[in-house]
Amino acid sequence: MEKIEKANAEALRRLLVGEPVLIDVVPAGEAIEGLGKHHILHAGPPIIWERMCGPLRGAIMGIAVFEGWAEDLKDAAAKAEAGTFRFEPNHDYDAVGPMTGMTTQGQPVLVIENRTFGNRAYCAINEGLGKVMRFGGNDAEVLARLAWLRDTLGPALGRAIRETGGIPLKPIIARGLTMGDEMHQRNVACSSLLLRILAPPLARISKDSEALARCLDFIGKNDQFFLNVAMAVGKALTDPARGIEGCSLVTAMCRNGTDFGIRVSGTGDTWFTAPVEMPVGLYFPGYTVNDANPDMGDSAIVETVGLGAFAMAAAPAVVGFIGAGPASGAVRFTRAMGEITAGNNPEWTIPTLDGWGVPTGIDVRLVVETGIVPNINTGIAHRKPGVGQVGAGVVKAPMPCFIQALEAFAAKLGVVY
Amino acid sequence: MVSEDKPTDAKKTVSLLDQPLRVINVGLERFAEDLAAHGTTVQQVHWVPPAGGDARLADLLSKVGT
Repeated sequence: MEKIEKANAEALRRLLVGEPVLIDVVPAGEAIEGLGKHHILHAGPPIIWERMCGPLRGAIMGIAVFEGWAEDLKDAAAKAEAGTFRFEPNHDYDAVGPMTGMTTQGQPVLVIENRTFGNRAYCAINEGLGKVMRFGGNDAEVLARLAWLRDTLGPALGRAIRETGGIPLKPIIARGLTMGDEMHQRNVACSSLLLRILAPPLARISKDSEALARCLDFIGKNDQFFLNVAMAVGKALTDPARGIEGCSLVTAMCRNGTDFGIRVSGTGDTWFTAPVEMPVGLYFPGYTVNDANPDMGDSAIVETVGLGAFAMAAAPAVVGFIGAGPASGAVRFTRAMGEITAGNNPEWTIPTLDGWGVPTGIDVRLVVETGIVPNINTGIAHRKPGVGQVGAGVVKAPMPCFIQALEAFAAKLGVVY
Repeated sequence: MVSEDKPTDAKKTVSLLDQPLRVINVGLERFAEDLAAHGTTVQQVHWVPPAGGDARLADLLSKVGT
């Protein structure tokens, strides 16, 4: 159908011409319009407290204490159950968040501006590995780290980034792909490249060498620091492709630990959801699949723009880390995703595929026709609140989301079948 | 003419069987795996019916132009 092909070509063009730039770090309450007291943004499609999984509940209890909206975790749970808090998806506020994806007014957020279209996207700062809120952690250590991010690292990053005049992110990602990153479960290269840019302005604005050392140490020791940057890049790139009439390309994929949800450009902001699947992967010592929570997080936005599992061929080292078979099989993941996408990104290329661009623009028609669903590289959270990460793996997007989306898409076009 | 062609076709068939077996397998991968396990050169072609054989969805897909 010519109308669909034209619409998809336009959406792919918008996805590819975006120029995401890191311009600031500011408190979420200042950056995100309408985000106020008792308002908690979470990963994935909409969900009510009663249906939330353990880690998501754990994070909500923790963030409520962090924001001063509850005296302790027990009080936070009681307030959540009583309806004190307003829960909404990050995606409805130009934001994204990894795993549980907590975004609240007091947290600092990275601000990414898509300079081609002028839209902005937001994501909180990555907390590091181990016991962290994005995996449902909520004890004193987790809350103290969040307070340091709010009071020290966030403001310092904001001043340093403003001093640079903005950091273009597409070139960093392009380089990271040639250095073994896929920007979901491996961000070693891009985190280091970003730190090289940030260190001089951080040093210039610092009046306290110990505080500066802690900031540099925190970023330098966090191999996943760039993940949250890459996610906000994904959001900044996909938002201009939303709402194009007749377009069958996916503009968001995300999960909340209970449901997996997708949005398709031609059907606006409607969520198409299905039960989220359990990742298949490797577990840290002492943990098994019995400890795992079904998949969660807005991080699948990186797959939506051709990174993560879609760029697996660029990151053979990650295949072993997530238990997805031999490193030589990395290319198969990327080639398979090429079967369900509208095109390739000429600026994000993969050396092992002779410069083939990452497959970009998931077409719901191709997903349903081929039976090939998007793969997503992911971390695995413990199913109980407060424990944290227990492994990493690959999860498949559930096919029913794409079938529902295709049917709604066809109905909107008036297709009778 | 027909009688003259027959020996040629037969020769071709014999010639084909004299060569090492080279197989292109379309669809179910298990056939390719079995052949490969016995040392046969086999090229697997991934293929499944559109929409996994769901006639209703295949009809829909035919109308939205994949």
